[in-house]
Amino acid sequence: MNNCINVEIAEMKIARAPINLISIGIGSCVGVCLYDPVARLGGLAHILLPDSRQSRNPENKAKFADTAIPALLADMVAAGAIKSRIVAKIAGGAQMFAFAQALDYMRIGERNVEAAIEALRKAGIPLIARDTGSNYGRSIRFSTLTGKVYIKTIAHGEKVI
Amino acid sequence: MIELGYPLSLTGVQLDALREVGNIGAGNAATALSQMLNMRVEMSVPEVQMLPISRVAATVGGADTYVAGIYLQITGSAPGSILFLLPLADARRLVRALLKENLRDDSICFGELGCSALVELGNIMTGSFLNALGMFTSLKYIPTVPSLCLDMVGAILGSVLHSHGVDSDTVFFIKTDFRYQGDCGVGYLFFLPEAEALVEILNSLGVFK
Repeated sequence: MNNCINVEIAEMKIARAPINLISIGIGSCVGVCLYDPVARLGGLAHILLPDSRQSRNPENKAKFADTAIPALLADMVAAGAIKSRIVAKIAGGAQMFAFAQALDYMRIGERNVEAAIEALRKAGIPLIARDTGSNYGRSIRFSTLTGKVYIKTIAHGEKVI
Repeated sequence: MIELGYPLSLTGVQLDALREVGNIGAGNAATALSQMLNMRVEMSVPEVQMLPISRVAATVGGADTYVAGIYLQITGSAPGSILFLLPLADARRLVRALLKENLRDDSICFGELGCSALVELGNIMTGSFLNALGMFTSLKYIPTVPSLCLDMVGAILGSVLHSHGVDSDTVFFIKTDFRYQGDCGVGYLFFLPEAEALVEILNSLGVFK
């Protein structure tokens, strides 16, 4: 795919139509897609963890839900997006490994989703669609032309949100 | 906080020590697998290195490569976790050899027995490695029961890195080649010690500067 920018784990990027943003293999991570439909400007953050305050090494803002979302929003506004137009879609937050002992750190997918929703609420960005949870990985392609997010999985079909 | 540097570069002596751990672990695993499969299994370790986390997905073929991942946590004096990855085709061949069952080439479902066999395989690989590491470092490693996941490398990695990657950026990577009855396969073992545990391990190996 030549008109795509790949966003790796703990990265965030913005793109203007017709360039698409993709993230391959989102497991317990969450892909947060912000979109300004008028400016046709999109931003994607591939977050790994819910909370930067629990890390001793919080420099990389894109790694954590609580810091990635405000930072991505600021990047988009700096690039010409209008905050009141921006909407959000999220995908990911799976629990990939089933452990007998339900340890808190194994619920990381769920906690990532909760933290992303909370950060969006704090930022005043409406969450208009989500495909989260369950136990399988997702690859996403975020069209900055339409705002649609195309989700692919290995054994659980495809979906558009 | 202990600064390990990024990417972490080990001296030749340190890498040699870790390579030796990998080799002995592979030797033990080959013996255990030979007994389990009731056939001769040879195993070698062509590659041992410290990898920055950002290069892990590329090393096994890219984030969307479909693999079998077996994951377990380690508690004890040097906590961390281990992830053993098998490309899907290799996993299929091994399950066939193990169960004498004919899995279809495009099958992404291994069935209950096949999954159980993969977990056992992961158990053998990781257990052999931990035993070798324990022998070299005189540290105690207590593994949890392994868990299996069949999915994209990227999705699996993201899900194990969260417990590791909060404060550490380096993993210990061992590539394993195995050969049995004219078949061959490759497995990737990633040892993810917590930052302090890695220092502890290198100290115990007597090669940390």
